[in-house]
Amino acid sequence: MNQLEKLENQSVYILREAYREFKSLCMLWSIGKDSTVLLWLARKAFFGHVPFPLVHIDTSFKIPEMIAYRDRLAAEWGLQMIVGQNEAAIAAHETYPDGRTDRIACCKNLKSEALKRTLSGEWPRRRFDHESRQYREDTNHEPYTGVIVGVRADEEGSRSKERYFSPRDRQNEWDVGDQPPELWNQFKTDFAPGTHLRIHPLLDWTELNIWEYIERERIPVTSLYFDQGNGKRYRSLGCYPCTKPVDSDARNVSEIIAELRSGKFANIAERSGREQDKEDGGSLETLRRDGYM
Amino acid sequence: MDNQQEQMNIVIVGHVDHGKSTVIGRMLADTGSLPEGKLEQVRLNCERNAKPFEYAFLLDALKDEQAQGITIDTARCFFKTAKRHYIIIDAPGHIEFLKNMISGAARAEAALLVIDAKEGIRENSRRHGFMLSMLGVKQIVVLVNKMDLVHYSQTVYDQVVAEFAAFLAQIGVEPQAFVPISARDGDNLAFRSANLPWYQGPSVLELMDGFRKEKDQAEQPFRFPVQDIYKFTAGGDDRRIFAGTVETGVIRTGDEVIFMPSGKRSTIRSIEGFNQPVRNEVGPGQATGFTLTTQIYVKPGEILCRGGESLPHQGGTFRANLFWMGKHPLIKEKKYQLKLATSRATVTLQQITKVLNSADLTAETDRNQVERHEVAECILKTAKPIAFDNSRDIEATGRFVIVDNYEIVGGGIITEAFADAGTLAAHELSRREFAWERTAVSQAEREDRYKQQAKFIVIAGGDGQFQKQVARTLEVELFRDGYSVYYLGMANLLSGLGADVKSRADERDEQIRRLGELAHIFTDAGQILITNIPELDEYEIDTLRTLNTPNEILVFDLGGQIFADNQPVQSLGDSVRDVEQAVSQMKAILRDRAILIEYFI
Repeated sequence: MNQLEKLENQSVYILREAYREFKSLCMLWSIGKDSTVLLWLARKAFFGHVPFPLVHIDTSFKIPEMIAYRDRLAAEWGLQMIVGQNEAAIAAHETYPDGRTDRIACCKNLKSEALKRTLSGEWPRRRFDHESRQYREDTNHEPYTGVIVGVRADEEGSRSKERYFSPRDRQNEWDVGDQPPELWNQFKTDFAPGTHLRIHPLLDWTELNIWEYIERERIPVTSLYFDQGNGKRYRSLGCYPCTKPVDSDARNVSEIIAELRSGKFANIAERSGREQDKEDGGSLETLRRDGYM
Repeated sequence: MDNQQEQMNIVIVGHVDHGKSTVIGRMLADTGSLPEGKLEQVRLNCERNAKPFEYAFLLDALKDEQAQGITIDTARCFFKTAKRHYIIIDAPGHIEFLKNMISGAARAEAALLVIDAKEGIRENSRRHGFMLSMLGVKQIVVLVNKMDLVHYSQTVYDQVVAEFAAFLAQIGVEPQAFVPISARDGDNLAFRSANLPWYQGPSVLELMDGFRKEKDQAEQPFRFPVQDIYKFTAGGDDRRIFAGTVETGVIRTGDEVIFMPSGKRSTIRSIEGFNQPVRNEVGPGQATGFTLTTQIYVKPGEILCRGGESLPHQGGTFRANLFWMGKHPLIKEKKYQLKLATSRATVTLQQITKVLNSADLTAETDRNQVERHEVAECILKTAKPIAFDNSRDIEATGRFVIVDNYEIVGGGIITEAFADAGTLAAHELSRREFAWERTAVSQAEREDRYKQQAKFIVIAGGDGQFQKQVARTLEVELFRDGYSVYYLGMANLLSGLGADVKSRADERDEQIRRLGELAHIFTDAGQILITNIPELDEYEIDTLRTLNTPNEILVFDLGGQIFADNQPVQSLGDSVRDVEQAVSQMKAILRDRAILIEYFI
């Protein structure tokens, strides 16, 4: 069994385990390559179905093509698509692009806070209606207590320490020092009321594995990852004010793979285009302790 | 093609400060696996802070490393050789982090165990060696590090090797090799070293490439622990798929299969998958799904096996080696939850035969409990039968974890299966029947008065809501017809009599037990007690039947669940969808069987 098959089978096992154990389960979909691979793996695990909702946090600063791509796949694949947003902060312009906050506070407001309140059901959630192809306010306000997330251990230090099944307390806090043991394929799936679980089926994947798998399975990804005609492409997607494209003329998946395997990006960290990671050393760790993905 | 290569997980273990991080850091540097500028940056940092450079600094996920999006970490490091991809799992050396060490080692196919040549063998050198053997990591290379600090002395090295080899022999571990190294200087890691001319063996990297993948699991009997059963009818999909991962063996469409422990049989109709060509065969490691040629009812946790091959043990009493990580000790009489492959069962400690101090391997035999960080040989018993193998035969279905109060507190491997001495329900029955004070009113007198046979009626199969409507309607109709009848919903039981059952582990088992006892009281009083139970299986019917003895149970199956022939089940057939129709069918059966005695004035 080669590396990709082994990674795929392990991820499928974890997804099925999560679905078996959690009544109130959702999967985060950031529209990026990792969470799209995760979504594809869910279709693998459940034989073409995705039996739980997909949650997207829309900061309102996403590149428009990302949103179009999201809604196209939601319709084509019959996904239960849920969208959450920090409407108040956006309306009040309490954001970095509006010049009212720094980058970290902006991430905290538009992502962490929005995510926390969307998962808990405190804030309105909009659900994709497949008949009208419109989003309508979701009548279900139940909290999601199991959340599947596409983080990879190779992304940065704090993610490398994650478990496949990682508990968070009521405040969404993560106790890095006291994580549950994971033996063989037995994970922490029993939990006290009030606990949240983050499930990480992609921990052992690298950026290169992700692209190799996209190629093998022919998974559709947004064209933002490819040379936009100006010698630039996005290596990682986020909000447009804080995510910069990299210099690259890769026009398709196999050219990206060549670039990562032995080309110009073979030894350069993926998130080097993310400005928010550079402020306040360790900011991502700070954000993640507080619920950031 | 790169992704055609295999991947191997290797754990690195050893006592605190014996040099694990330096080994990994140096290995990453020497194989060109570090991101651009990383090494220079750490060197610069060291200069700035006026401290000597150490390769270990590469591994410490410092705050500023993360800010720069560095891809190195302490928990999992990635690198590759011409032969394969490696994930190096760094396991903490400190005793408080033993559970982290075990988590790391449990994922590994091979291990590097580091010993400081100067300091010699320490507590964790032994403990980790023992844990590796318990976890089934059979390929071990021992690195005798910091040879530079002992002037590359062969005598010192030979002493460490002799002493540690003797220890490993005691616990049945045969390391593949010992290598003298200096991780700081890179001696014998990626490259052979001129500092150690007396060592003629391979480098650490060569030894790693020499680790073999697991022995051919395709040759072993087929084991497919059922993880879940899917039917996505709402998505327009009528397939009923048994999902899981093949642990060992190979199976093909058309093969006969046996589910254990229930013993139900069927045949593989198809191997299901998404975005893949049609397959007629699957083997070890594949996460897959099957449809069967017949409708049978089994729950997740059963092991699907292949007809004609050796089957797993079926029962619940076994001897195991286990290590304990719980804050509270492992004690007798307490109920824990056992997770073995995909099955879950309530388990209790029956007997401790030996407790080993994992640091020095001294054994104690007269212990009543197992403390944190201890390893014990003991006998465990599950409340209901499960299927399992001896871990020597098949690892994946021969090892388990124990859960207490939501936490994984122990892990172990099964070393011997025992024949079961009857079920728990049978024990309880004999105890109760011995003590029961009989009423002076006979059953016949009650039948005559109530014009009915006392009976415990369970509505099973079909959808839970439908079950409940049918059960409640049956109660109302029988009552209005003049019979003595009572409906007891499981929800009422859960929030009332069963409200003290706190542990999720034995919730269902305990509720079934209480229901059985309650049914016994009702039927002893000559009543008809009606309830409905979703997802009822044969084992639970047996428990209820046993506990309700000497009175009788009758299960009405509303469809979808196919029970074995020897069960007290009346099937109403798959077509029953209407409450009135179901109730009138049931009443007809009750009259036919003279459970409802019709009388005329």
